[in-house]
Amino acid sequence: MLAGCSAKTETSAGAKPQAAVTAPEPPIANAPLRVRVLTQDQYFNSLAYVFGPDARLDARFPPFRRTDGLLALGAGAAGVTASGVEKFQHTAQLLAAQVVDVRHRDFLVPCKPKSTTASDEACATQFIKATGRLLYRAPMTPEKLAATVGAANDAADKVHDFYRGLAFALEGMLLDPNFIFAAEKSEPDPANPGRQRLDPHSAATRLSLFLWNQLPDDTLLKAADRGDLNTKAGRMKVVDGMLANPRVEEGTRAFFGDMLGFDDFDSLSKDPMAYASFTGATAIDAREQTLRVIVDQLIKKDGDYRDLFTTRTTFLSPSLAAVYRLQTAPGWVEVNFPEGSQRAGLLSQVSFLALHAHPARSSPTRRGKAVREQLLCQKVPEPPANVDFSIVEDPKAIYHTARERVTAHLSNPVCAGCHKITDPIGLALENFDGAGQYRDTEKGAVIDASGTLDGKPFKDAAGLGQALHDSPALASCLVRRAFSYGVGSPDTGGRDELMAYYNKAFSAQGYKFKGLLRNIALSDAFFTVAEKTAEK
Amino acid sequence: MTDLNRRRVLRGMLNGGAVTVALPLLDVFLNGNGNALADGKPMPVRFGTWFWGCGMNAKVFTPKTFGTNWELPEEIACLKDVKKHLNLLSNFNAFKDTSPNLCHYTAWVTMRTGIAPESGDHRPGETYDVTVAKKIGRTTRFQSLTATATGDVRTSFSYENANSPNAPEWSPVNFYTRLFGPDFQDPNAPTFTPNPRTMVRKSVLSGVMDQTNRLKGKVGAEDKARLDQYFTGLRDLERQFDQQLTKPDPIAACLPPKAAPEDTKIGGDTELVAHRHKLMTDLMVMAVACDQTRVFNMAYSAAQAATIKVGYEKPHHTTTHEEPLDERLGYQPIVSWFTQRSMESWAYYVDAFSKVKEGSGSLLDNCLIIGSTDQSLARIHALDNVPMFTAGRAGGKVKAGLHIDGGGSTVVRLGYTAMKVMGVDIGSWGTKSNTTSKEVGEILA
Repeated sequence: MLAGCSAKTETSAGAKPQAAVTAPEPPIANAPLRVRVLTQDQYFNSLAYVFGPDARLDARFPPFRRTDGLLALGAGAAGVTASGVEKFQHTAQLLAAQVVDVRHRDFLVPCKPKSTTASDEACATQFIKATGRLLYRAPMTPEKLAATVGAANDAADKVHDFYRGLAFALEGMLLDPNFIFAAEKSEPDPANPGRQRLDPHSAATRLSLFLWNQLPDDTLLKAADRGDLNTKAGRMKVVDGMLANPRVEEGTRAFFGDMLGFDDFDSLSKDPMAYASFTGATAIDAREQTLRVIVDQLIKKDGDYRDLFTTRTTFLSPSLAAVYRLQTAPGWVEVNFPEGSQRAGLLSQVSFLALHAHPARSSPTRRGKAVREQLLCQKVPEPPANVDFSIVEDPKAIYHTARERVTAHLSNPVCAGCHKITDPIGLALENFDGAGQYRDTEKGAVIDASGTLDGKPFKDAAGLGQALHDSPALASCLVRRAFSYGVGSPDTGGRDELMAYYNKAFSAQGYKFKGLLRNIALSDAFFTVAEKTAEK
Repeated sequence: MTDLNRRRVLRGMLNGGAVTVALPLLDVFLNGNGNALADGKPMPVRFGTWFWGCGMNAKVFTPKTFGTNWELPEEIACLKDVKKHLNLLSNFNAFKDTSPNLCHYTAWVTMRTGIAPESGDHRPGETYDVTVAKKIGRTTRFQSLTATATGDVRTSFSYENANSPNAPEWSPVNFYTRLFGPDFQDPNAPTFTPNPRTMVRKSVLSGVMDQTNRLKGKVGAEDKARLDQYFTGLRDLERQFDQQLTKPDPIAACLPPKAAPEDTKIGGDTELVAHRHKLMTDLMVMAVACDQTRVFNMAYSAAQAATIKVGYEKPHHTTTHEEPLDERLGYQPIVSWFTQRSMESWAYYVDAFSKVKEGSGSLLDNCLIIGSTDQSLARIHALDNVPMFTAGRAGGKVKAGLHIDGGGSTVVRLGYTAMKVMGVDIGSWGTKSNTTSKEVGEILA
């Protein structure tokens, strides 16, 4: 029935003949201007940059709709509901009060008012001008500056308090759609008559969201003011500076956290009777472990992306050590698993194993599906609605291992079509239970963790990691996701040649993630837009 | 009767300063019968929803007889004490027409929008609570409130449009703070001082609205619609500020908790979910009693319910597909156990509204609440005989205590009926086979 059920690659990126590295960059077909709502992390990271890290803000914004594999791509379509506006206002109120409180005002407000009980235009102007430039990612127009200062003055005079007046104006600035929404603008591209490019401040914002997951800092805005982003040489200097900045670690965490579906950690829990060692702290640390390994391998070591799936280096905290049945010192400790250990690569980490499992059981199907969809950009079809579970439901059958259970799936042609593309991957991880703990047996039967990935056989989890490492789809999927994430728009077709161009360079440069970010951030496609900014 | 509106009288008395309002708080604000406000206006009628995931098994859920004389089968036996407040609607179908049967999605979207979604990414229209909120929610502090017992910010069955889910309150502490924190205007407070800070905020807000209008002129049509929505949100905020500047009418039933409840830990085991559901429900009930909103949504579990039975290896949804059918019983016992836990929380929800006295009846009497799910028999993703409940009497417009036979008609009829009861002026609702202009007349008083 479902003979045609095979994992579909979402586009054929990577499968096309690849252009030489020296070949000119292919044009980008679909390059819309985006109006993106800041994600929760972008919002908080930006506020931490502008006002310092000790602001205490408690808010959780709902994630956007996952689009083309990434939540971040939903930001370009997401609406803000009335309760969303209320949440922004509440956060603005909390933050503004903290900025002007007696503990912070002396270093967050760059001047002292003549009197604390009345308005002070000069001091208010100084604060608002500097803050507005960072929040709005461009210098404030004189009219807007005057209006905001006017609001601060009116408020200060009404409540007889300079700082409170300033806080009210700041609340308004934090609620301003020019802060909440990153609305891109374009300008004619002199190098390509008839074509449009991002204006310098929009380009700075796009770069900054991409590489740092926050709004541009002062240095980047100055570069935009000077027009540095309009030249190849200027861009190179800016991008290299950004990649050398530790903030790229946050950018990398955000990208991989999104791609790996780590938003699911917010609701992950395990059955305490089945997995007593897996607590809320384990879930938090499992997420952190994977992000640490990613940052260590890709940013600190500037290593090969594919090695993430084979590396035996990891980091453990005490709560994770319980799941790994190891003892560690307090804090995070680097651990290197020996050759021959099944703990090799990202798939053998608790984050992947526990997220893609049941509360009290592993799930070869979910794990295999996650590999296909998250790491290889392939789409596994949903099960048919009228699916017949009578085979696996047979109460008389005794299945000791997950392999025995899913083999039942594979014996039924309706199920087999899809399960054969997920289960042989997931079965390789069966030495790890639903909490990510190692086991040799299940219900007394020895676990057989052999499997295949697109025809390549392996015998265990480490073998799966190596097969994934060697799969061309692994790297091309990352390229595809990174580009979509960077420009903020999903791949709706027409990007294959461009992706092939990046793939070629990625491969030639040893699959260095930072190199990939650099190639994307320096390419014309990153700055080219198809639309002209609507005139008022 | 005088034309003087009570709010206006109080506002006049305030004259901008702190005033002690020496007025009795209780039934003086109601008419002699206790079924309307003293100024002759009827009590507000509120609209609510409640959701549980993964349906039921008709064999142990659906009563054998229709009408007023029906017995509660074992899966809903726990509804015994609230049965008199409920109608149970059986034998209504969600028609998918040419769309696929989207597991755990088609039925609830159809029920709440009148439209069968075409794909898992397709979120058609707006949900009916949003339509009702536009009609009756514009005078309260919150146009609507949405909450979940799952602790997951993604569990919501209410959306304004495809890209705008109404994010639920998921933390009891946050929900308490939003409702009854510093911005709460206690209607029964003996004194009322308009907060000068709120006046300033309102004036700052008008500047933000100007900025929003300016930005709208610089973006394309789709993004303009998003900024329009943002503008509407700002207007809502402005209304909240206005309300904080106005002395509210006293409300006898409004007895908000003095302190926030303790937050619950993350987790889906049924006891924890029931506890979280209770905390969120208690807050929601008081929010409605205090007239902070007239439209409210609560979700007990997600559609693919992740609720856990401690010691059992699979969550509710997976259990529906993988638990063997008990041949002796004729159904899946653990699945039924999960459904029963859901129904216990539904009973709690209905009971909580019924316990608040309002006028001569209860808060529930002035509500119409729809309880619904996403499938009938989840094991096979069945879309026929999808069960629905109503609770409350909508201020006397709706009867209760009935088991209704839908005769295989569309589930959309209940949403249509509810919207009509709430005053939404529509001639028909729904698309294709789900189009209806036929109310569920049996429940109308």
